[in-house]
Amino acid sequence: MKGRRVTDDAKRSGFSRRSFLRGGAAGALSGGLTTGLLTGEAGAAAADSEATETVGPGPVDVELEVNGATHRLAVEPRVTLLDGLRDRLDVTGPKRVCDRGTCGACTVLEDGRPIYACSRLMIESAGRSITTVEGLGSPDAMHDVQQAFVDNDAQQCGFCTPGFVVATAALLARHPAPSEPEIEAGLGGNFCRCGTYKGIRAVIAGGEGGGVSGG
Amino acid sequence: MRPFGYAAPATVEQAVGLLAAEGSEALAGGTDLLSLLKDDVERVDRLVALRGVAGLSGIELDGGTLRIGAMTTLQELRDHDGAIAALPALAVAIDGVASPQLREMGTVGGDLLQRPRCWYYRRGFGLLALTADGRSMVTEGDNRYHAIFPTGQARFVNPSSLAPLLVALGAEAVVHGPGGERRLPVEALYQAPQAAEERENTLAPGELLAGVEANVAGSRSAVYEVRQRRSLDWPLMAAAVTLTGSGSRAERARIVLGHAAPTPHVAAAAGDVLSGQELTPETVAAAADAAVEGARPMSGNRYKIQLARTAVRRALGHAAGMEI
Repeated sequence: MKGRRVTDDAKRSGFSRRSFLRGGAAGALSGGLTTGLLTGEAGAAAADSEATETVGPGPVDVELEVNGATHRLAVEPRVTLLDGLRDRLDVTGPKRVCDRGTCGACTVLEDGRPIYACSRLMIESAGRSITTVEGLGSPDAMHDVQQAFVDNDAQQCGFCTPGFVVATAALLARHPAPSEPEIEAGLGGNFCRCGTYKGIRAVIAGGEGGGVSGG
Repeated sequence: MRPFGYAAPATVEQAVGLLAAEGSEALAGGTDLLSLLKDDVERVDRLVALRGVAGLSGIELDGGTLRIGAMTTLQELRDHDGAIAALPALAVAIDGVASPQLREMGTVGGDLLQRPRCWYYRRGFGLLALTADGRSMVTEGDNRYHAIFPTGQARFVNPSSLAPLLVALGAEAVVHGPGGERRLPVEALYQAPQAAEERENTLAPGELLAGVEANVAGSRSAVYEVRQRRSLDWPLMAAAVTLTGSGSRAERARIVLGHAAPTPHVAAAAGDVLSGQELTPETVAAAADAAVEGARPMSGNRYKIQLARTAVRRALGHAAGMEI
């Protein structure tokens, strides 16, 4: 098999459909389908010559779910999930701060797992389900974590807060009543330059405003 | 980021075919590569996404053999009770990647093949960081995090969290390429480049790291990392050790330093000091001294020699289950 040159005129139609199927296959695999691991044989059944099509650098149709709604949009492969959410879908909760996978302000859930949206290409999230801070709750119907951030005054300038809220929700999904080391490790991927860590710890462990873990 | 094409192969064979073309790079978790592309340190014509490639993700524990697919995320490996029970040191190495988001996105193959953190490389001066007239920016500049075992012109350090442990274990890398599958010791994945066009890994164009395989039975391993910060940073120094033999006696010892050299640094002399010996504070100290024998620190990283000694001593203590 020879590699293809990158072309602008690669077939664009149906990419989202294939991506959707691909997302499904990857999900099944991570569920424990390891037959053929490291042998290269597992792929034979899934072989699809269309899947080797090179798309881009121009816009490519991508379909993904954001906060429960299905979106279809054309984005260049180089567009990150963060920029696609903010600039194309007007989902501006995830913040662009370091844009290098370090600060955590862009944290979103992808199929329930916390990731840095700045370090994922939007095309890589095709067929997957994204939850941002907006998807956790609204000002009228706040998620417990959002309410606890308010109650514990766990923000100052607030720019890191959306990422911290999502990371905290992910931490509590994994450890409903986390220990102090689990809190530190679970939020180790997020920075607050104002230094509101005390309030954020109180969000989880319980402070004057009450914590979400009931600790 | 500059524009690039994108392909999402379904099989290893398709991926290998796509990667053989010039200007194509494999995309795993993306946490390193996308930053390099944003900073224009690396350029690609096309990314070959490995996320949907069948057979690259998963963990198998078959008797004493542990197989880990290259696209397995660090978090999936950390959550695999069987793998962690068989090789507890894995938990230490993975937890050192102290960001849940990076563990969820980062893959085993991506950890092994992440590019060096050398700030001259990251600023676009190349892996060797030489001036136009051939002088080293590293030796003449700020080298506090650089190698204490530089190799020729290569003075960066290998940044992988898993490589020292896998090398200590004698693990094999499974590589697929245009010519089919080949297996090599994990340490043979790495090289110290001596020319601007050379990389720090030995994969040929079109080759793809499919996973690693290690025998985890009959030995005890440990990892010890010396860190400046607990969160979101690479260690200053790391040591991984694998001991065979029981109790306080080591039949054979393999000692590997991370963040010490352009490749995972096998401290063969240190292992030899312990082979066939009782582990005592004296023999362990002798091994720690042997591990840094021949070190050639630069102007700002002499402190890493003592960190290496300490990391070796503590890793040995943890592996043997004794206070040393």
